[in-house]
Amino acid sequence: MEFLFNPILFYMSNHSFNEAGVITELKHFLPAQQALKDFIHHNSLHAFQHMKFYDAIFKASKIFGFQVHLQLPEYREMYTTGRIREDVLQMVIANKKGLTAVAEWKEKLINVEYNTINHPRIGELRKYWKEIYHLDLDNKVHPLLFRILCAFLDQGIAIDSFPVVNKPFIESVREMEQNSFVSFFKTKAVKQKFLSGNYSIPELLKIIVGKEAYYEQYLFDQQFAHHGWSGFVSAVEDNPQTLLDRKQITLKELLEFELLLELDALNHAQGNTWQPLATRVTQPPLDLFADLPKTTLAEVIELWQDAFEWSYYDSVLKGILISNENRKTQHQIEPGLSLSTNAGPSLQAIFCIDEREDSIRRHVEAVDKKAETFGAPGFFGVEFYFEQEGGKFYDKLCPAPVTPKYLIKESDAKSIREEELIYTKYTHGILSGFVLSIGFGFWAFVKKIQLLFRPKMSPAISNAYGHMDKHSVLTIENKNTADIENGLQIGYTLDEMVTRGENFLRGIGLVKNFAPIVYFVAHGSSSANNPHHGAHDCGACSGRPGATNARVQSFILNHKKVREVLASKGIVIPDATQFIGSMHDTAADVWNYYDENILSPENAKLHLINIQNFETALNLNAKERSRRFASINTKQELEQVRKAIHSRSVSLFEPRPELGHGTNTLAIIGRRQTTKGLFLDRRAFLNSYDYTTDPDGAILTAVMRPIGLVCGGINLEYYFSRVDNIKMGAGTKLPHNVMGLFGVANSSDGDLRPGLPWQMIEVHDPVRLLVIVEHQPDIVLKAINSSPEVFEWYKNEWVHIVALHPGEQQFYYFKDGVFAKYNPVTNAGEIKTIHNMVEFIEGAKEMETNHIVHATEENLPVYLLD
Amino acid sequence: MNQLLILFIAIPFLSFLATLLWQNKSEKAIGKIVRFAKVFNILIALSFLVWWIIHGFAPISYKVATLYETDRFVFAVQLYYDEITAVFSIVGSLLFFLVATFSKYYMHRDEGYKRFFNTILLFATAFNFIILAGNFETLFIGWEIKGICSFILIAFYRNRYLPVKNAFKAVTNYRISDVALMLAMWMMHHLTHRNINFSQLGEAKEIATTTNQTGMAVFIVCMLILAAIIKSAQFPFTSWLPRAMEGPTASSAIFYGSVSVHIGVFLLLRTHAFWEDMLWAKIAIITIGALTAIIATMIARVQPTVKTQIAYSSAAQIGLMFIEIAIGWHWLVLVHFAGNAFLRTYQLLVSPSVLNYLVHHQYFHYVLPTQKTVSKLKASFYMLSIKEWNLDNMMFTYLWSPFKWLGKQLQFLQSKTFIGTLAFTALAISIFGYISGNSISVLNQFLPIVLMGIALAVILFAFAYRKSALRAWVYLLTAHFFIIAAVLFNTDHVNLIEIIFYASGVILAFLLGYYCLQKIKKVDNDILLNRFHGYVYEQNTTGFLFLVAAMGILGFPLTAAFIGIDVLFTYVHSKQVVLILLMALCFIFIELTAFRILLRIFFGPHKKLNHPVAFRSS
Repeated sequence: MEFLFNPILFYMSNHSFNEAGVITELKHFLPAQQALKDFIHHNSLHAFQHMKFYDAIFKASKIFGFQVHLQLPEYREMYTTGRIREDVLQMVIANKKGLTAVAEWKEKLINVEYNTINHPRIGELRKYWKEIYHLDLDNKVHPLLFRILCAFLDQGIAIDSFPVVNKPFIESVREMEQNSFVSFFKTKAVKQKFLSGNYSIPELLKIIVGKEAYYEQYLFDQQFAHHGWSGFVSAVEDNPQTLLDRKQITLKELLEFELLLELDALNHAQGNTWQPLATRVTQPPLDLFADLPKTTLAEVIELWQDAFEWSYYDSVLKGILISNENRKTQHQIEPGLSLSTNAGPSLQAIFCIDEREDSIRRHVEAVDKKAETFGAPGFFGVEFYFEQEGGKFYDKLCPAPVTPKYLIKESDAKSIREEELIYTKYTHGILSGFVLSIGFGFWAFVKKIQLLFRPKMSPAISNAYGHMDKHSVLTIENKNTADIENGLQIGYTLDEMVTRGENFLRGIGLVKNFAPIVYFVAHGSSSANNPHHGAHDCGACSGRPGATNARVQSFILNHKKVREVLASKGIVIPDATQFIGSMHDTAADVWNYYDENILSPENAKLHLINIQNFETALNLNAKERSRRFASINTKQELEQVRKAIHSRSVSLFEPRPELGHGTNTLAIIGRRQTTKGLFLDRRAFLNSYDYTTDPDGAILTAVMRPIGLVCGGINLEYYFSRVDNIKMGAGTKLPHNVMGLFGVANSSDGDLRPGLPWQMIEVHDPVRLLVIVEHQPDIVLKAINSSPEVFEWYKNEWVHIVALHPGEQQFYYFKDGVFAKYNPVTNAGEIKTIHNMVEFIEGAKEMETNHIVHATEENLPVYLLD
Repeated sequence: MNQLLILFIAIPFLSFLATLLWQNKSEKAIGKIVRFAKVFNILIALSFLVWWIIHGFAPISYKVATLYETDRFVFAVQLYYDEITAVFSIVGSLLFFLVATFSKYYMHRDEGYKRFFNTILLFATAFNFIILAGNFETLFIGWEIKGICSFILIAFYRNRYLPVKNAFKAVTNYRISDVALMLAMWMMHHLTHRNINFSQLGEAKEIATTTNQTGMAVFIVCMLILAAIIKSAQFPFTSWLPRAMEGPTASSAIFYGSVSVHIGVFLLLRTHAFWEDMLWAKIAIITIGALTAIIATMIARVQPTVKTQIAYSSAAQIGLMFIEIAIGWHWLVLVHFAGNAFLRTYQLLVSPSVLNYLVHHQYFHYVLPTQKTVSKLKASFYMLSIKEWNLDNMMFTYLWSPFKWLGKQLQFLQSKTFIGTLAFTALAISIFGYISGNSISVLNQFLPIVLMGIALAVILFAFAYRKSALRAWVYLLTAHFFIIAAVLFNTDHVNLIEIIFYASGVILAFLLGYYCLQKIKKVDNDILLNRFHGYVYEQNTTGFLFLVAAMGILGFPLTAAFIGIDVLFTYVHSKQVVLILLMALCFIFIELTAFRILLRIFFGPHKKLNHPVAFRSS
């Protein structure tokens, strides 16, 4: 009883076990990744988001052993190579520690040695099985447990699926046990216990652990020994629709079953002589969630991370100021230029805010000087479920948290879906396998030669355009609100269309000066042999290609009656203007158009010219992207580079069809002209917003709502997968084994691997997102403070935000609840100008190794465009 | 033209040596060497095939060199080419070409890029060694190298726990197969009193029947079957195969999907002439093949993960091949082998696509499942198959646990003075044994067994030892002295040079290993064997050197000890069942102990938590 005096232990020993509470806690901390088919990016440490960023990550690190920032030597190396700038470092230290402390802290940052070893709190209780009982419980329980879970949840890999269907997990397994000569359990007693159903988690814990105060920690230790499987079970419990073939399973069932398996293993290994774990605990473990005193090392890391982030941000902010300045002077010198813009744009193209579209927009504008581009979240303001013709399921096409009430159906699809024989189940039979290995084997050899030397699209490859037929018809307009299927209204009524059309146009500030053709450019990504293909698709469409949304919004804005109502509300769309849906394949650099037949003869001609220009832009875009791909010679002819880029997307041997969101760092909410003069190296989410049309910030509130969740979610998932690819990321994808069609693991007996694979995050700079909003600080504050969920991102510094005061041309940085002036320390002369884009792109260096310093060397700083 | 056969081995081997000279980041240079190897590998295989066809399909024998020769033992590197070799070399070189091309992109910028290509070039060498071997000795060289390559590729991601665990699992299986082959060679030597070529297996069979030595022949065939079924993952040794899918997909494809796992088929084909008249052997092979085909198919059908499904399906087809061999349909086997190898390689290479393809398929073809009554038989077979028919547990429980238990009972060997005295005694006895020759005949019958028993005890102790790695390493050397001593007492006349062959290699390897462990001890005082230390993370070169040392101490074809071991075996007479059993166990557990030390000290999750270290379950 002597430890009663220690306050933490006192707390522990009086800790009574609340089963429901612990399960809720567990679910909160476990990874929330759903089935891989629709990859939804989210903050890997979402459970800590109520805390300030640094407090949160250090705490998560101490509890679970995650690496939550770059390693100290890596920061130091970045400093040596100049990627962390000395002036910024000094500024950061001065801001946080005061001017007088700069020298002292600089010394600590650069030279002092620290012990960086981090012993996590998790696992400190359950380790006694091994240390005292000499029993490797994980080895005895995990392989069988994982196999049973995987077999139960399997979506269609196994030929003989789990025999009991449509029943909850425990009930299904119990039915099998009752019905079989074989048992999953080794001891009779535990089997009987399981069959009787006469057990509870506290009771099992009492036998195994023995001391109530330890129950919670024990369950955390146990579940975090396989956080992938536990997290997935929890995700399926909360979102059963993540599996097409739905399964009923709860985390509680997993806990019960695992405890039973543990009891079984213990009885089997130790006979009936063993004492509960608590009796042998020599050193009571610390409370998992106890407060963490701040260490000097933590402060050093904070300063380094801030300095790393601001080394980039600062120059971007300066760049924006300079380019705005330049634009003004240019207008004064060449007033003719602005006159010609007044003549109206040649075309308008609305892209997703996705940072990968930054470059294609730049190239479109460069090829056609009169083209105007916009950025908006890629579901283009229309939220619905989509039913592909012949499909048995609905796809949600809008941001993940939104639950649409509408259904859009496809009909008249012309293309026929091909089958790929190699996946036939007959190769796994005895005799059919015999026949096929002889017959099919040689054909497989020919296929292999083909896939190596002439990669081309095949049914095995995830095709961005396979999602919807090019010539199909969509049911978009609802004329009878009684048309309801499974509780969803089929299509939008006129009013609903008007609302969506108006909100969308106002959101991006496109309310006048319409071009003859306005393109909606959705995006998707084709890739081969890539279980993570969903992570490359549109984040605003729940990880799917967004072509349908582009077609739907085009239809709405082309609708005569919609236009009439819009006109009455002050948005006059000329009759000559037509909207066209299209989609850009960000991996293959292909751009396909839908419903071209509706174009008027004049517009059809213009469209042909535009396509030519877009193709040139795509060539340039491919060239720019090829800079980062060692297998492509950037200096080749444009067409050849484009071809090489295209074949990457259909090459089964290519683990990096594209680099995804790697390097994303900025989200800029403002007019295109603010960023037009800058080279942002595909690092910025660009959301069009015109403050002049929104003086009181009503629209801004709506615009800002998804920014934290979507852009911040992507950014933080990349951040954490980058800094700890081994624990928070999925590791290298080369050994991945597809489990049950919903996840990947490393081997036959491995844990599921949530997070992003190494090949996706390799070039990423782990820095937080900087949101730049073009409006007055007080209006921006009002917009982000509209709801606590939105505000949390900024208040707790998971995302930085800066307001650009349009009148003053002055930046305001949000910290501790207020926007305060921020003046970049970068000198105007430090920001270079690109005079010749081609030469510039060709100047890229191949990375030497994939160490952070080399891998991110080609993440370019901001440049001015000539 | 026959000399050209050397090129089959020389091309991949020289390329392997060349790639060693480059650094991991020199992908272009390594790529060029691999391209040279893969193209020439095909060219030589094809051109030789054409030449061989033109010359009327006659089997070709070619003696490369005689490495060692006495009146009673010849170690010759002998090559042999016939239709079996032809098919295996064509299929092997084509698959090597495909996988090497695939991997050039697939492995891009992996931290083990160089290691990967080193290993698959060495593997290509070993494969060609095996399929071209003209005698057991030559085949055995390839057999061992292939095992090591396999180990390196399973443990490719060596700082994670599961690859290391599964690599060790595979090695334990492989080692039994190695020793089985050694024993087959040993008995063959006693049966024929010479070193026999594969082309003379028919004669060997004649000898067995004419001299009425059927017992010896039975033993040889049993050992050959054992060696074959282990390497080809047949019942009851199937469970290592799905677990071996730990490396990059490309290496799993070429190893466990295709060429490597068919090597048991090759061994049976190659030795067919020896056992073709033994009905019992055919029945045994057919039974094993059929059991594997049925059980592996049942397991494959319930696998919810794509790679394990392919692994079991492949094993099932190899089961059928075993049946075909036993029946004598050799052309069918060759076609079946080629088809299966191509198919499974392809299936594995595209296995990550299965997620996209089948989910899409489900999207259009899903039917809500309806509950059918689950019969007792169906439920039982389903659950049994999910548990993989307990094959994995069985291996552990019956094969390894008893030896581990035995090793733990030998705790008394722990004392420092005891082991010192023991080592000294062993050395003294060896010298004495050499000098005295056969003079003390009373002891002759028992002394070798006692000495070999002590050797085994010492090895088993080291095998189960949980403390200092250095001491375990010293014990291995001590055990070698006892083995030598046992052999010296077992025979009237020993060639000193043979003992020197053997001891020189072992001692050299010991010193290298000792140096490596000392170096680690300087970095970190704790080199206990009770956990994984993962030192390869920071001591890459030392780790590599220790791998070399571990291979050396078990008589891997690196040093002269390799020949030494073969010769040592010949000193045990064919009737000395106990002695040969003990000796075989010694050679199994020397390897396992050496590899255990390697894995515990250098592999697994790195113990210093100042950087991201993988979860154990990942």
